[in-house]
Amino acid sequence: MKILVCITHVPDTTSRIQFTDNNTTFDQTGVQYVIGPYDDYALARAVELRDQTSGKLTVLNVGDAASDPTLRKALAIGADEAVRIDTVPKDSFYVARQIAHFVEENDFDLILMGRESSDFNGGMVHGMVGELLGLPSISPVMKLEIDGKTAKLSREIEGGKEELEAPLPLIVGCQEPIAEWKIPNMRGIMSARTKPLLVKEPLSEQSHAEVVSYELPPAKGAVRLFTTDQVDDLVKLLKNEANVL
Amino acid sequence: MAVLIYIEQEAGGIKKSSLEAVSYGRTLADSLGTSALAVGLGPISTEEWTKVGKAGAVKGIHVADERLSAGIIQAHASAIADVFSYVDADILVLAKSSLGDAVAARLSVKLQAGLVSNVAALPDLSEGFTVKRSIFTGKAFAFTAIKTVKKILAIKKNILDIREEDHDLVVEVRQSSLGEEVFSAKITGMQKAEGQVSLPEADIVVSGGRGLKGPENWNLIEDLARELGAATGCSKPVSDLNWRPHHEHVGQTGIKVSPTLYVAVGISGAIQHLAGVNSSKKILVINKDPEAPFFKAADYGIVGDAFEVLPKLTDAVKAIK
Repeated sequence: MKILVCITHVPDTTSRIQFTDNNTTFDQTGVQYVIGPYDDYALARAVELRDQTSGKLTVLNVGDAASDPTLRKALAIGADEAVRIDTVPKDSFYVARQIAHFVEENDFDLILMGRESSDFNGGMVHGMVGELLGLPSISPVMKLEIDGKTAKLSREIEGGKEELEAPLPLIVGCQEPIAEWKIPNMRGIMSARTKPLLVKEPLSEQSHAEVVSYELPPAKGAVRLFTTDQVDDLVKLLKNEANVL
Repeated sequence: MAVLIYIEQEAGGIKKSSLEAVSYGRTLADSLGTSALAVGLGPISTEEWTKVGKAGAVKGIHVADERLSAGIIQAHASAIADVFSYVDADILVLAKSSLGDAVAARLSVKLQAGLVSNVAALPDLSEGFTVKRSIFTGKAFAFTAIKTVKKILAIKKNILDIREEDHDLVVEVRQSSLGEEVFSAKITGMQKAEGQVSLPEADIVVSGGRGLKGPENWNLIEDLARELGAATGCSKPVSDLNWRPHHEHVGQTGIKVSPTLYVAVGISGAIQHLAGVNSSKKILVINKDPEAPFFKAADYGIVGDAFEVLPKLTDAVKAIK
């Protein structure tokens, strides 16, 4: 089975978020970049499925050369080859077009990615790729099994989950607990150095939207503390002053 | 030119977040000098349509196709696209949800419409069409200009009040012309917590962490939640330990909530948990450790033992009702 995993190159979730240039640019000072946490789940499941089916696993990123260490890490985790489409991602649609074009030129049975990126949280790229290719797209998926040409999935819905079956090829947006994150071992890290990392030219495409500026939420006021004996006072305050009860 | 709102149902009723989307769509339509229409898929009762009218829609388009009562992503996207063209809409508004997000992404391609998700306010129309959206899991906002003529906005919960309009909604039935190909994904089963407020829809959420010491103590969380009409949530360690199901896990890789009041009991406040709750209007933290990092993100705090505080809090809430 040929599997494609699309990964994002995003700030670590503990990063301090700041902006420069009059709030028009994300401040990368001191920021460490990682594989998107949801994409990491997708990659972990893809490695398991590749091993079960003796298939081939390709990992793809739409981004500039700064993404290369992140792609190498995906190779160390277990991908067979990496591809980077060399461009600055402009918006979800732009990225989806690049991925769809790559899939058209290289047939895959299964295309996995995270349910959303942890920076812009759009959660749109899987659905857009599905629509561009005329294939079903399912997200957010917590369980994925492959049975011949059929995928059996469990999708999270509000307050529960839904079991589905869908034909391959298929696009899946992944989240936990689809698989445990895999930590690269020394053999993986060594072999990642010699695995192919191909760089491709982007498709010329317009974006649908662009960020004009950024803003941080207002600073939180100081917490108002109560003791166990003051619970009644707190509840009155929640009702009468904060109007939340 | 119209504004079309995609409404979703839960347990036979229109979701509260969808009614918020209707009110958002109506306010937007008013400022654009156009009308707000709602589209509903699958069986919907007359009483439920009345709520949609009160929330601000002037007309409902009902695609009553039974096959659409299941949330098949491709089928819902095709049905909405048909109605979008039929009513000559330019803007689609919907509430962010598990299904809504997935449908909106496909529609963005179908309609060649710029899509912005996690929308946190009404758009700024003074120069083009600029939308404020939440990014970095609530740690920042981005003002995003949509450049396409057609637009889709997936809005966050709790960003505006539901309107109370006094008029009757006209509902037009639209025949579905969906082919079998959009139903290629089949739903084979569903597990859903019955009779509870669902977490993303809830106005109040009560979450427990490892400080509760074990799943057998969750009755304390559930008692308080019941008095508050709240949904129950939990931290990641609690769901990893299987004390509670994954669909209650609130945080970076779980459910993101934006209730009016978030109550965190025995949760230390790791950054990954805060990422799921930082859009809450007010946060109350109960923890016996005064140094718990969650207090820094809280509006109100009780430093005390959860096993003592929770019964008192439940009684106090009961007393003021």
